[in-house]
Amino acid sequence: MMDLFSSLAGGSLLFAGSFLCLSSAVGTLRFPDFYTRIHAASVTDLGATLILVGLIFYSNEGIVTAKLIMIMLFILITSPVASHALAKSARHSGLKPLIYDKKFKNR
Amino acid sequence: MEAFILLALLSFLVLTAIAITRLTDLFAVVMLSGIYSLISALLFVVMDAVDVAFTEASVGAGISTLLMVSSLRLAGRYERPSRHNPILGFFVVLVAGSLLIYATLDMPSFGSINAPIHQYVAPHYIDDSMKEIGLPNIVTSVLASYRGYDTMGEVAVIFTAGIGVLALLSISRRRSVEREKTEHGRMHEQMILRIVSKALIPFILLFALYVQFHGDYGPGGGFQAGVIFAAAIILYAMLFGFPAAERVVNFSLVRLLSAIGVLIYGSVGVVSLISGENFLDYTALAADPVSGQHLGIMLIELGVGITVASVMMIVFFTFNARALQRKEKYL
Amino acid sequence: MLTAATVAILVVMLLTLVRAFMGPTLYDRILAVNLFGTKTVLHIAILGFLMGRPDFLDIAMVYALINFISVIGILRFFEYSKRDKRDKRERASKPL
Repeated sequence: MMDLFSSLAGGSLLFAGSFLCLSSAVGTLRFPDFYTRIHAASVTDLGATLILVGLIFYSNEGIVTAKLIMIMLFILITSPVASHALAKSARHSGLKPLIYDKKFKNR
Repeated sequence: MEAFILLALLSFLVLTAIAITRLTDLFAVVMLSGIYSLISALLFVVMDAVDVAFTEASVGAGISTLLMVSSLRLAGRYERPSRHNPILGFFVVLVAGSLLIYATLDMPSFGSINAPIHQYVAPHYIDDSMKEIGLPNIVTSVLASYRGYDTMGEVAVIFTAGIGVLALLSISRRRSVEREKTEHGRMHEQMILRIVSKALIPFILLFALYVQFHGDYGPGGGFQAGVIFAAAIILYAMLFGFPAAERVVNFSLVRLLSAIGVLIYGSVGVVSLISGENFLDYTALAADPVSGQHLGIMLIELGVGITVASVMMIVFFTFNARALQRKEKYL
Repeated sequence: MLTAATVAILVVMLLTLVRAFMGPTLYDRILAVNLFGTKTVLHIAILGFLMGRPDFLDIAMVYALINFISVIGILRFFEYSKRDKRDKRERASKPL
């Protein structure tokens, strides 16, 4: 019973995480501008967290769970910081965001 | 399943390599070669070679990207157009490449059981390593004990690279006072990065020590630990400026440490020579051969880790000191 | 379920690679490299469980670290080098 519950929980978390990662990748390809693409790419953080939490249900030893938690915390803390640094650096270099203007139909 | 993953990853490698040759923006090429390193490290993981993947990850994807970007600051960002016709070069590569492939057709196929390495050397390592050396990680016992002489050569090569960079690129110390004024002005711009990195750097250093001493039981060892240690110090230097990094890690001490690492390695060999055994034979280091092996392996991994960390720091600081000096002429 | 997740991550890697090749500006490529690094971490973790060897998690930790440090390094250098005079001349002729 416990086995069934844990494999179900792990499987569904893995599924949700992979779905989020896939949608994030599709978004990175299809969004029109760099700044919008950063938004799409940062969904990966949540997807990665869900996948790693789902993997915890597959592990048998305590040390593996501890390592998974450490990796998850590390990705949770550093991935948004990297996106922030990227957007800040692009802004300071003068990369302009895409702004729709009603006068020009295709910009 | 594994074959499918291998095929997919190899095709990614080919695509990345084609893209690298087609681009002229060298920054983009450096990015793509970072991706190339990551894919090849994944390939090593799929093929179950864990220590190699570890080293490829830390050296190829991390430090190489940083060092190449530093050298791009010295060299220039766009590729100059080539002035010669590459047809002759292409022809030479084609002929040499097909000769090499023709030569490999004679060798035993990949992973076949009849290859000489699987008949004589590998079974001896796999069967006898636990009895003679007593470490669970066979890669470390092969690297550090059975082939310890080769590893000494590798450490000497790394040390020579550090000396070469110092000889060619090092600058005088008089400029450091003027540099401090320009670095200080940017203190408040990077607040988030600085706070997060300050919180993370102790854990990264702790992880480097863990990798160093856990290399006997799992993947790891001196090379990887040295690179991770250097990466933490480089992160600090990038975010807080080079004068602050030099107050934390004294540059002359780093230069001294790179030599001390090689010296530790050599002295272990000399000590066993004096005790009557062969050079780098660890059985002479303690009363009982197995604990002698443990002591010897721990000492040489320490030497390797110290040298690799110091040389990476030397190369990084020297490249950037040179680039900063050149920038000052325009300020 | 693990195999399905592996295939999904491989597909994501392919899509990210397309963005890395195609991205018109340099920052798109840096974004793609960052994304690719996170995917590699996940792939190693899943592969470790698929192949029954959870020691791979040490490598996953190292990748996560190295990915972060190299993206920060690249951004710092890019910020420094935009003030270099020689690059300014070259960048005037080519778009970012």
